[in-house]
Amino acid sequence: MAMKRRAGAVLALFVTSALLASACTSGGDDEKAAESELFKNPVTLTWWHNASQDGPGKTYWEKVAKDFSAAHPTVKIEIEAIETNQLQRTRLPAALLSNDPPDIFQAWGGGEMREQVEADYLKDITDQVKSEVADIGSASEIWQVEGKQYGLPFRMGIEGIWYNKDMFARAGISAPPTTFEELNAAVTKLKAINVVPIALGAGDKWPAAHWWYNFALRACSVDTLKKATKDRTFDDPCFVKAGQDLKAFIDTKPFQNNFIATPGQNDPTSANGMLANGKAAMELMGDWNRGTLDTVATDKAALGKFLGWFPVPAISGSAGDPKAALGGGDGFACSKNAPAECVEFLKYIVSPEVQKGYAATGTGLPVAKGAADGVTDPALKSILESTASATYVQLWLDTAFGSTVGTAMNDAIVAIFAGNGTPEKVVSAMKAAASK
Amino acid sequence: MTSASQTRTPAGGALAPPAGLRPGARAASRRAETRRKWYEIIGLTTPAVLIYVLFVLVPMGFAFYYSLFRWRGVGPPTEYVGFRNYTLAFQDPIFLDALRNNAIIVFGSLLIQAPVALGIALLLNRRFRGRSAFRLLVFVPYVLAEVTVGIMWKLILTDGGTLDALLRSVGLGGLVQAWLADLDVVIWTLLFVLTWKYVGFAIILLLAGLSNVPPELNEAAEIDGASWWQIQRHVTLPLLGPTIRIWMFLSMIGSLQVFDMVWVTSVPAVRSLGASATMATYMVDNGFFARLWGYGNAVAVILFAISFVAALLFQRFLLSRDIEGAITRKGK
Repeated sequence: MAMKRRAGAVLALFVTSALLASACTSGGDDEKAAESELFKNPVTLTWWHNASQDGPGKTYWEKVAKDFSAAHPTVKIEIEAIETNQLQRTRLPAALLSNDPPDIFQAWGGGEMREQVEADYLKDITDQVKSEVADIGSASEIWQVEGKQYGLPFRMGIEGIWYNKDMFARAGISAPPTTFEELNAAVTKLKAINVVPIALGAGDKWPAAHWWYNFALRACSVDTLKKATKDRTFDDPCFVKAGQDLKAFIDTKPFQNNFIATPGQNDPTSANGMLANGKAAMELMGDWNRGTLDTVATDKAALGKFLGWFPVPAISGSAGDPKAALGGGDGFACSKNAPAECVEFLKYIVSPEVQKGYAATGTGLPVAKGAADGVTDPALKSILESTASATYVQLWLDTAFGSTVGTAMNDAIVAIFAGNGTPEKVVSAMKAAASK
Repeated sequence: MTSASQTRTPAGGALAPPAGLRPGARAASRRAETRRKWYEIIGLTTPAVLIYVLFVLVPMGFAFYYSLFRWRGVGPPTEYVGFRNYTLAFQDPIFLDALRNNAIIVFGSLLIQAPVALGIALLLNRRFRGRSAFRLLVFVPYVLAEVTVGIMWKLILTDGGTLDALLRSVGLGGLVQAWLADLDVVIWTLLFVLTWKYVGFAIILLLAGLSNVPPELNEAAEIDGASWWQIQRHVTLPLLGPTIRIWMFLSMIGSLQVFDMVWVTSVPAVRSLGASATMATYMVDNGFFARLWGYGNAVAVILFAISFVAALLFQRFLLSRDIEGAITRKGK
């Protein structure tokens, strides 16, 4: 009995201190804080972002926080830079569950954000960010749930094929492929000069899965994809077609040997290490690749000279829109009980001046109008142009469908790459995961 | 314990009536002493028990509770599904692969490490020059952190890594494999790395056991004309029994829960294809990465149950002789 009471006391102590702590962090917060109340009381904003590796990205966010505090002395910003997987898979879910979340944090939009909104974790910022949303345009839709805005992107771009112009010239490929027939022809020519045509980091699963996503984007109509994102039903035969097209493509052997063990990025033996150091001619990857290629290249000047980019080729006679692209971005959201200053800081992050500086770091493409001037790299410029001319940008399918379906889908796609999966199994795995 | 408490707690002694003054006083003082003993036991163990309950039993209870829900870790668990997560696990071929891999590691470790460790321990137990240097060499892998060892072997075994270069340089290029990526090879590579890492532990234990074998027995056997081999076989080995069984026990439990080495050396794709998954990596992949928190908890409970049952069976049938006296039974 005595023991029980003591355990109760300990628990009570925990609960009280947790309550006190949460009361402190949300101190002075009112859901509809009047404009005049803003920046009156000292607040500390905790900020979790994923630029955890030392480099221009991390340094730039430190500068942004410092500048904001300088302009608004009542606001102190505490940054925690956390590696993406840790942040998204363990730290953030745990922090949100424990009612002690960071005030402003990395949010990918899509399926995961939908779940967070349903659990009432996020601040509805629709009214405060109207002009920012208008400025950013359709990209901000990814951070909406049921028409309400819960976050804003600071980076957005589409995926395409990064390639080595020198190798293309040596192989006698005159222009970047625009159809898969042309891509297959290019692969054959590159093999003839004894280079790896396409580097693939299947070890990390998602770089391999992105090939399937692109085939799905070509095989499925935009309406089918939109419906699948919402209902998580995958009955349309185009999803099986995507796997069949992928299998046919893998059978042409365009990738390096042992791609199942190759990591995706960030080390010299990874797929983007192969492209960066002249060991492969192509790699399918998003706009952030410019920054990651730079970190693994032994000769950055050479990389800058030979690097080119072209959109994912079209498949003739398929249901999908040939001008549609696969893409995504990074954004931030404010937690439900964050002080009103959080939204102000979020607005500051996506303001044209901060976005211009972000563009200049070369770690990703900015979203705000007018910030595009900051982009100088030719490869990134061509992504900007393609993004602007894309008729539809589909969010990465694993993000759009949510992690549960996304993980099962990626695993089943990788099985096709490993030679023991089938196009049908991808769809059945997605259906099974949706019900798990 | 009892005598110490008598001298250390005069308060209790002063309260007890002097012995022999009235009938029943002896019994009363014995009762007082028993009470004192219990106060002591409770006083000394409460902090440990509290911590154990709070950080071991309570989370275990929660794990079981959460495993009964369909729960993505967002918001409180609300969708009760009974034992559905458990049936789902045993229907997933990747989980069955993980079970098989755990079994390979458990039996592989026992079958490979036992003879190797025994041989090396018997050799190192003899007196010869540089014996301590040899002993040190054997222990080094065990002392290293598992993650460090994992990264080291990953660099050695990676495609075009040190091992491949070595094989090619001695003309054995035909043996070169995708050691960590070939779906049929990777589990054996892992078994090798785990053996390399943990055989030192077995040797440490066996050497400790060997130092308890009285040298007179060996001498007596020698005088009787027994060969070295006969002495080891009929004198030393039987006396090493308890040590070997304890090592088997620890090795088995460790093998069932192996996580770090697999996580560090094998890439996510190979793991998720089932080739190198273990129950522990499967749990993390599903619980955290696929955000199936209820399901992940169910896998955790299964892992616990298997380890627990294995431990109980092992204790009941193989360890019972060795731990005689460690467990108090009523009436003894």
